[in-house]
Amino acid sequence: MDKGSIPRIHRHFRLQWEEAQGCHVLLYPEGMVKLNDSAALILGCVDGVRSVADIIAELTSRFPDVDGIASDIEEFMAAASTRRWLEFD
Amino acid sequence: MSSIPEASPPLWLLAELTYRCPLQCPYCSNPVEMAAAGEELDTEDWLRVLRQARGLGAAQLGFSGGEPLVRQDLEVLVAEASTLGFYSNLITSGVGLTGDRVRSLREAGLDHIQVSFQSSEPEVSALLSGSPKAFAHKLEMAQAVKAAGYPMVLNFVLHRHNIDQTEQILQLAHELGADYVELANTQYHGWALLNREQLMPTREQLQRAEQVTNAWREAHPDGMRIYFVVPDYFEDRPKPCMNGWAQMFLAVTPDGVALPCHSARNLPLEFPNVQQQDLESIWRHSDAFNAYRGFDWMREPCRSCPEKERDFGGCRCQAFALTGDAAQADPVCTKSNQRSLVDAALGAASAQESGAPGLRYRTLQASKDILARQV
Ligand code: SF4
Ligand code: SF4
Repeated sequence: MDKGSIPRIHRHFRLQWEEAQGCHVLLYPEGMVKLNDSAALILGCVDGVRSVADIIAELTSRFPDVDGIASDIEEFMAAASTRRWLEFD
Repeated sequence: MSSIPEASPPLWLLAELTYRCPLQCPYCSNPVEMAAAGEELDTEDWLRVLRQARGLGAAQLGFSGGEPLVRQDLEVLVAEASTLGFYSNLITSGVGLTGDRVRSLREAGLDHIQVSFQSSEPEVSALLSGSPKAFAHKLEMAQAVKAAGYPMVLNFVLHRHNIDQTEQILQLAHELGADYVELANTQYHGWALLNREQLMPTREQLQRAEQVTNAWREAHPDGMRIYFVVPDYFEDRPKPCMNGWAQMFLAVTPDGVALPCHSARNLPLEFPNVQQQDLESIWRHSDAFNAYRGFDWMREPCRSCPEKERDFGGCRCQAFALTGDAAQADPVCTKSNQRSLVDAALGAASAQESGAPGLRYRTLQASKDILARQV
């Protein structure tokens, strides 16, 4: 993955907090995925402005004690783009 | 009663706004007794239903019918759904849609329009829908949906008269730029059950369609997503229908009857009406919604079956329609001692002459005739 690329939530998906389920979800035509906390945290940083590198830098500084956070983020972003949750400019 | 599990939220609300429809599809899942339904809910009723359902935790909303576009207040309902934070889906035949309406619905906040097709061929489409002009209009509307920026989901209901065109159907969807295609084999409820012998494909037809679909997926790995819904009669185990009775799905009929599955209307249960009761008490406390929640209601072979947490004993409506008793195992299951009912239906269908369909169309008059005969 090119760390300079800028991810966006794919235009066919919507990220929102669902009180009744106590979690963030991605909504898309006739479907919904529940997100775990780390997925929601990463997707919450995706704003169509920040690059992958920016997001890694931000989360690394917020969670300095978590080992391997950079590779976790990259892995998640790759998986999310295969599932078409993310698109890259 | 104590062991009925605490109700999880209904994540899906299906708002069946009307039974009116300009088409007459013989595989329609609406009840054949639709002519006996009461007056349609008014705008205020539907707004209240939307608010209550969202309050209970529903996030996905489907506007369907009949043909939901015949409701003049559709834009009002869509706008409220959008304010409430629903992801809203319009499930339409495309008949009655115009370029202007595609845009006004978008402005009101509609998230997605699913256009359903009868076929990839104008002639087959005309035969099945009862409308010679519908096909060309659907094509035009599919393009308008795409142009307005909606995700494009095309739905094709498959049966013996169109399943051999699976390749052409995929080609058509591809040319239209679909993001998702549903190849939904007919589920035998409502009008489809009435026409089962004429609609059921043969096993060979089904296998070919699956091969064509898999080959297409391999040839277009980054292409549109294809959902191939297998007809459960051909399987050994039932589908986990609705993920279990009253677990996540709530349907409201045009006249306000609340159902845990859109084909449940003719089960012998007292289904509550949203005009008399709020959705929370319906969902959590009504006898009808608690009737098949959890596992306590089960009999053998389901009760002691290790697979019950996967399929919940299958579909209550199918169990009722085929065996006359909704608490039986879904007879699709080969552990059911009534599986012979499903095999007999498969046998009867494969013995049918292909060609001359002899289909019974979904019309108000046909529904009245059926009701008259039931009395
Ligand atoms: S399946 Fe056909 S007849 Fe039934 S509501 Fe849909 S378009 Fe109308
Ligand atoms: S016996 Fe009942 S629970 Fe077991 S697989 Fe068959 S339908 Fe499902």
